[in-house]
Amino acid sequence: MANVTFRSITKQFGAFTAVNDVSFEIADGEFVCLLGPSGCGKTTTLRMIAGLEQPTSGRILIGAADVTEAKPKERDIGMVFQDYALFPHMTIADNIAYPLKVRGVGQAERRRRAAEVAKNLSIDQLLDRRPGQISGGQQQRTSVARAVVHKPKVYLFDEPLSNLDAKLRLEARSFLKHLQRELGVTSLYVTHDQAEAMAMADRVAVMDRGEIVQFGPPLEVYRQPATTFVANFLGSPPMNLLSVRYAGGAFASSTFELDASPFAGRLRDVRDGSELTLGIRPEHVRMGGEGDRWRIPGEVYAVEPLGPESLVTLRVAGALVTARLFGDDPPTATGAASFAFDPAHLHVFGQDGRRLAAR
Amino acid sequence: MHQRRTILPLRTGLLFLGPAALFIGAFILLPFFWIAGVSFTNRTLTGATAANPQFVGLQNYLKLFDLSTFMNPGQFGSSLVITGQFVFWSAIVGQAVLGLLLAWFFYRRSGWVKESVQTLAIVAWIIPDVVVAFAWNAFLDYDGGTLNWLFGLVGLHKVDWLLAMPLLSIVLFNAWRGAAFSMLLFSSALGSIPPSYLETADVAGAGPWQRLKDIILPLIRTHIVTDLILITLWTFNTFGPFLLTGGGPAFKTEVVSVLTYRMAFKYFDFGTGSALGMVMMLINLGFALVYLGLLRRQGSSR
Amino acid sequence: MRVVKHVLGRVAFYVVAAVFAAVFALPLLWLVFAPFGSRATLSVALPDPFTLSNFGRVFANTFAVRALFQNSIIQAVGTMILVTLLATLAAYALSRAPIRGRDVLSYGLVLFSSIVTGTAAMVPIFLLIFNLGLIDTHMGVILVFTGGLLPAAIFIMRDFVDSIPRSYEESALVAGASPWGMFRDIALPIVRPGMMVVGVWTFVNVWGGFLVPFILLRSPTKMPAAVAIYSFYTEGGTPIITLTTAYALLYTLPVLALYLFVNWKYGFRFFGGIKS
Ligand SMILES: Nc1ncnc2c1ncn2[C@@H]1O[C@H](COP(=O)(O)OP(=O)(O)OP(=O)(O)O)[C@@H](O)[C@H]1O
Ligand SMILES: [Mg+2]
Repeated sequence: MANVTFRSITKQFGAFTAVNDVSFEIADGEFVCLLGPSGCGKTTTLRMIAGLEQPTSGRILIGAADVTEAKPKERDIGMVFQDYALFPHMTIADNIAYPLKVRGVGQAERRRRAAEVAKNLSIDQLLDRRPGQISGGQQQRTSVARAVVHKPKVYLFDEPLSNLDAKLRLEARSFLKHLQRELGVTSLYVTHDQAEAMAMADRVAVMDRGEIVQFGPPLEVYRQPATTFVANFLGSPPMNLLSVRYAGGAFASSTFELDASPFAGRLRDVRDGSELTLGIRPEHVRMGGEGDRWRIPGEVYAVEPLGPESLVTLRVAGALVTARLFGDDPPTATGAASFAFDPAHLHVFGQDGRRLAAR
Repeated sequence: MHQRRTILPLRTGLLFLGPAALFIGAFILLPFFWIAGVSFTNRTLTGATAANPQFVGLQNYLKLFDLSTFMNPGQFGSSLVITGQFVFWSAIVGQAVLGLLLAWFFYRRSGWVKESVQTLAIVAWIIPDVVVAFAWNAFLDYDGGTLNWLFGLVGLHKVDWLLAMPLLSIVLFNAWRGAAFSMLLFSSALGSIPPSYLETADVAGAGPWQRLKDIILPLIRTHIVTDLILITLWTFNTFGPFLLTGGGPAFKTEVVSVLTYRMAFKYFDFGTGSALGMVMMLINLGFALVYLGLLRRQGSSR
Repeated sequence: MRVVKHVLGRVAFYVVAAVFAAVFALPLLWLVFAPFGSRATLSVALPDPFTLSNFGRVFANTFAVRALFQNSIIQAVGTMILVTLLATLAAYALSRAPIRGRDVLSYGLVLFSSIVTGTAAMVPIFLLIFNLGLIDTHMGVILVFTGGLLPAAIFIMRDFVDSIPRSYEESALVAGASPWGMFRDIALPIVRPGMMVVGVWTFVNVWGGFLVPFILLRSPTKMPAAVAIYSFYTEGGTPIITLTTAYALLYTLPVLALYLFVNWKYGFRFFGGIKS
């Protein structure tokens, strides 16, 4: 009913293109996270949906209605800002009820509905205070309450958790996800925190320099990153990437050579002598031994015990490769060591950075 | 990055801007061009030339710059010299130095002593001109004035300040009156210096004087330039001396603003008054351009 | 040795501070004492006998009372309202509307207004008011003060509006407010402290302003206190000092009260900066 559609949206600020020919559709009731590094155009995308920014070209639809030219107030949207933007001169109750007030809802009814929403969000004991007199987490909930009180068609969130400390952030994350499920309202959530996006979203849209490079369910994006950019952006630590040369049926670097025959299907169109990038997630890397066929040698660079797991980093052919080791005690040795892995987990990216899919 | 987004539509914005623009157009832009026009006429307040002023070309200006009388008392040249001395001694030396001393003396201190002294300076700055003039009239009085009483205490001869040293009187008066502005500006400039800079200097073994010269002054250079230009502009344009001395005795304190007033509103010679106003504006413009130039140079040297 | 040096340092501090204090206090001392004495002298002395009769005589002078409690207030409050209102609207537009060259405009305004000062432009200002038929009216004085003070007021106000995050207004717009509703409900209340500061600044400037009413007003019934203060004379033509000082004190009180108010409410730091 209230799906959001972007049709070839481009936004330019002067000569600078902030959003470049972006198209996507968010289904009714779906929770989509827009993920990308700072300055990639996430906020601009969100603000175009809210009507705070006009696209340079393209169309935006909410439901069946074309809202490209509509004013913000005609779009029926609830938005949570990064700094919450609670009005400092109003009480919490008045803040929450403001969208009702501008819609001409009467005083008593406003108060009742604000109290109801506040109760759902466990901030009902704060209704008569002012924004300056409540904590950051409570401010965050207040701004969520204000965004949902008038039952809008679409929720927009612009990094709503980035001003909270780590512990509150985890709490608020599950709370927001729960709330969205319960209310079932189409939502677009902007963040540059990949863990947040993975944890919350039905689908993740990864953005890079004004373009959406991948749009899919979190695990799909994680497991089958479309490009080296996505591979590098998701996961902590991110995927290991190694530059190699494809020659004579093998991947070669200055210090190792790997048999490329299991990948023959993917490499059909790759010319001999091409520069490729291999990718493997740290959790798929283990310490290697003489018997391992898929092995890369290197020098121990750092060992970081984290409790349940350890990170071991080797310097391999000039690059750093990290392994996440669970359970075992981390190696104490310095000097030469090697990593091993299962080729089923190895990703191959072409010269243009795109992942070569198995065919 | 500096980001700007539209909140108010352009039309509404122009509507909001309109009334203020009207006022500024009428009372700042219009006078500027009007004064230029009037300064080329022999317009007076009353009489035939009030209704039908004649174009007299550069005559008003030539009169101002008539070299045979230029430096006579009550003439433009002598008034300019008086104004120059007044501005130099009362603003640049008096206000700026006094303000800097006050700011520096109380820098990194707090407590009631600082509060009281700074409040006194601010009070001197904010109370109305005429009241200050009254107080100073009494302060400088020959017989009962507080200053002469103090002179008596330390065994000095009484001075008839307003008659014998009129220029010094208005210099002291204006320095006293305006020091608070420089004090506030320098205080906020000093407050913006990270303490670690000075601590580094302390650790390196710098004395208070070296600290001022090597660390503080270079860091607040922009503020000093701003301060000097603003107080110069204000002092050059102030009408305050009129309230203390009326320009006398014998035109000895007739700064350009007071001369303009005398020409225009005592002699009702609007042509000459406008020519004087025009020259004042050109001098103001000069100050403003120097200021912008200095700011730009500083901006690019950073 | 250390202790001695420390003590000497403290003593030196207090001595220098006392000198500074004396420099600023001494010229004002007479003004504080004289209104409460019965004899007219120009020297500083504790009033003996202490009397409030001077104030009584000031209040008996209808001309002086009207100047202070009517004319000065009409002119200062009138200008204050106009300047605050217009400066707020203009500053808001300059900060939030896509007006081309708004930075140049703001700076240009302040620059121009410091060139076309009241003293330099007294002739055309007089002629302008004369041609508008507003000589010897409160309106004339208010208009001239408004024009003169607006540029700096806009500048101060714009600084203030610029410091307010746009997300306040944006969230009001997204919540469904119309631009005007957003301005009234959200923007205005948030910029109110800035308006207070500009209002106080304007009031104080007009309250103390001498030249403008001096050249634009004729009839004694319209004079503000700044000009009327020269009206306590004996029949022989010498000023009556006791009355004048009592009047001066009354005239100064609102300014001091406003200073204390601003200082208490916001801390008198640097917005007082641009005082013309
Ligand atoms: N009004 C504007 N004028 C000029 N450039 C702008 C404007 N708004 C955004 N930009 C530029 O467009 C790009 C995208 O901005 P946007 O705010 O969408 O980034 P973002 O992905 O939200 O980044 P962040 O994670 O830092 O919030 C940035 O390079 C930004 O500088
Ligand atoms: Mg952003």
